[in-house]
Amino acid sequence: MRRILPVALAAIAAMASASSLAAQANIRITGAGATFPYPIYSKWVLEYTSVRPNLQINYAAIGSGGGIRQFSDHTVDFGATDGPMTDSMIGAVNGNVIHIPTVLGSVVPTYNIPGVTQQLKFTGDLLAGIFLGQITNWNDSRIAAVNPGVSLPNQDIVVVHRSDGSGTTYIWTDYLSKVSSDWSRRAGKATSVNWPVGLGGQGNPGVAATVSRTPGSIGYVELIYAIQNHIAYGTVRNRAGNFVQASLASTTAAAAAAMQTIGDDTDFRISITDAEGPDAYPIASFTWLLLPKQMTNPVTARPLLEFVWWATHDGQRFTQGLDYAALPARVVQLVETRLKSITLNGTPVLPANVGGHRR
Amino acid sequence: MTALAPEQPLARAPRISSAERWRDLRIVSRGDAIYRVALLALALLLPLLLVAIVGGLVVGAWPAIKQFQFGFLTHSVWDPVAGKFGALPLIFGTIYSSLVAMIIAVPLALGAAIFLTEFAPRWMRTPVGTLIELLAGVPSVIYGLWGLFVLIPLLRDVIWPVIKPAVHWLPFFSGPFYGPSVLAGGTILAIMVLPYVAAVSREVLRAVPPSQREAALALGATRWEAVWTVVLPYGRAGIFGAVVLGLGRALGETMAVTMLIGNRHEISLSLVQPGYTIAAAVANEFAEAVSSMHLSALVYCGLVLFVITVLVNAAARWLIWRVARGSAAGSAAV
Repeated sequence: MRRILPVALAAIAAMASASSLAAQANIRITGAGATFPYPIYSKWVLEYTSVRPNLQINYAAIGSGGGIRQFSDHTVDFGATDGPMTDSMIGAVNGNVIHIPTVLGSVVPTYNIPGVTQQLKFTGDLLAGIFLGQITNWNDSRIAAVNPGVSLPNQDIVVVHRSDGSGTTYIWTDYLSKVSSDWSRRAGKATSVNWPVGLGGQGNPGVAATVSRTPGSIGYVELIYAIQNHIAYGTVRNRAGNFVQASLASTTAAAAAAMQTIGDDTDFRISITDAEGPDAYPIASFTWLLLPKQMTNPVTARPLLEFVWWATHDGQRFTQGLDYAALPARVVQLVETRLKSITLNGTPVLPANVGGHRR
Repeated sequence: MTALAPEQPLARAPRISSAERWRDLRIVSRGDAIYRVALLALALLLPLLLVAIVGGLVVGAWPAIKQFQFGFLTHSVWDPVAGKFGALPLIFGTIYSSLVAMIIAVPLALGAAIFLTEFAPRWMRTPVGTLIELLAGVPSVIYGLWGLFVLIPLLRDVIWPVIKPAVHWLPFFSGPFYGPSVLAGGTILAIMVLPYVAAVSREVLRAVPPSQREAALALGATRWEAVWTVVLPYGRAGIFGAVVLGLGRALGETMAVTMLIGNRHEISLSLVQPGYTIAAAVANEFAEAVSSMHLSALVYCGLVLFVITVLVNAAARWLIWRVARGSAAGSAAV
């Protein structure tokens, strides 16, 4: 007994010190927000554990609105959103926010017209007209004008939209607002809008199921969802006048093209729908992380920024496998300067030479 | 001390005053008192929870209540972009779809309950009853998927073409039928509330004393007359309770309804047109409601649903009370 006691005490002491060390080394970071990028974010979190094993990142996909609210209430270390914060929301946090684009998504029109097997072409005017309820039959001459050679039936158009609030709806309505002043006046852009016509389907699966089972219907789904579920979709005419098939490449091209007209001082709250550029797919958008400009937590500040740095650089190689479009090079460059500008108590969090070791 | 102890009670016992006895009793009942307080606390916890829910709803809805007041209940425009919110289509859709569900479910459920208690051969009663009750265990998202992939195509492609010529002139069936509609939502709701109504009605009918039936049969009634004139009136308060239970479930059901009802902020009497319900709208828009007024309007919706449910339950209790009183008078007449 006398011999065992000191050993046991030593063991307990060792365990205690080890656990306190572990507690120091284990850093927890929490984030919340958009559901659209959730698959890639959770992939990044998983892969990043091999880079920083003692860093624990929890991302809750509670929706963009919830992400902005939790970020504004400082209950999470970072937020995530599919639609940028408005000026008044930024005012509510005293401007203490930086939008960091992480990946790109795009939205495609999908339709079900009995007897039509060719890929349909759409223009902004057509889509706006259909979703406003001004074009109500597939045999409308305006549809036939951009689809020569396709025999369109005399069939009523059934519009299907998302019933749940969604970043997908934000991108879709942002595009319609840009190409149609009528749309921007009557419905506008938001995660949910006052739809002039149509049925609401719940989520991408709800829209896709309703479209596939309703003759004469047209809806919109995320490109990722369409690719992974082999749903046919139409091409859309871009500003350059080309009918572009949505793809990861044409989505990245839209961002690259849009960035050419954007200054270096951008806050990234930019819409890249209806972008210039011959290959740009016109219904695309960034999804953003929300980070504070002035960080206050010395424990999480640097690991968080290093994670975001990694995600926007090395992490981009995981986008392809999950069907997200990667950031164009210029965006990554600008993201670097933004991340370097973030401070903790007045001094930059990341060292000036960060990324120097990166090839 | 230890030596004195056995003597003391003996010495004291004859000299206990009534005041002391009361004190002793109180000491004995201290455990009772704690027990009573604990039970009281537990009993009050649930009403307190209710109060907390109402309080939370009112606080969350306050910005919207202040801005829209009762106009919220009478306006039909739901425009998150412009910040204009009116819940009338939602309120209408909630009540309308639930009514449709009850119109379909109550005859079916009552028929099943009557058959199982009065007419079915004995070997059939338990298995069929259990199968009906099993319907209550199916998750609502499964009902939603089944509705999307089976019920809607069935209604649209098989049933609608047959009944359309006969009913199209009615305001309840006007307009084109695309599938997602009040009819589809109401039908799925009917299937979902049916097991509740059927199970409770069955228990109620089983509780009707055999002497009631025997008396009716002895007076020369057929079995059907005995059921219709004696058994059902005897159990009508309980049956009414079963219907209200089902109605309460229909009003609050979310997932299956939102998958089938079409989610359109529009008031239409036509069953083949899309509609929307409060629960579905809240579930749909809550996660991505970015503006605080949008969020507040959704909480206001929740408050309205709460009030509707309370009103329905209160009305039902009052009706049950009336019916129960009436049944005594009715049996006197028989």
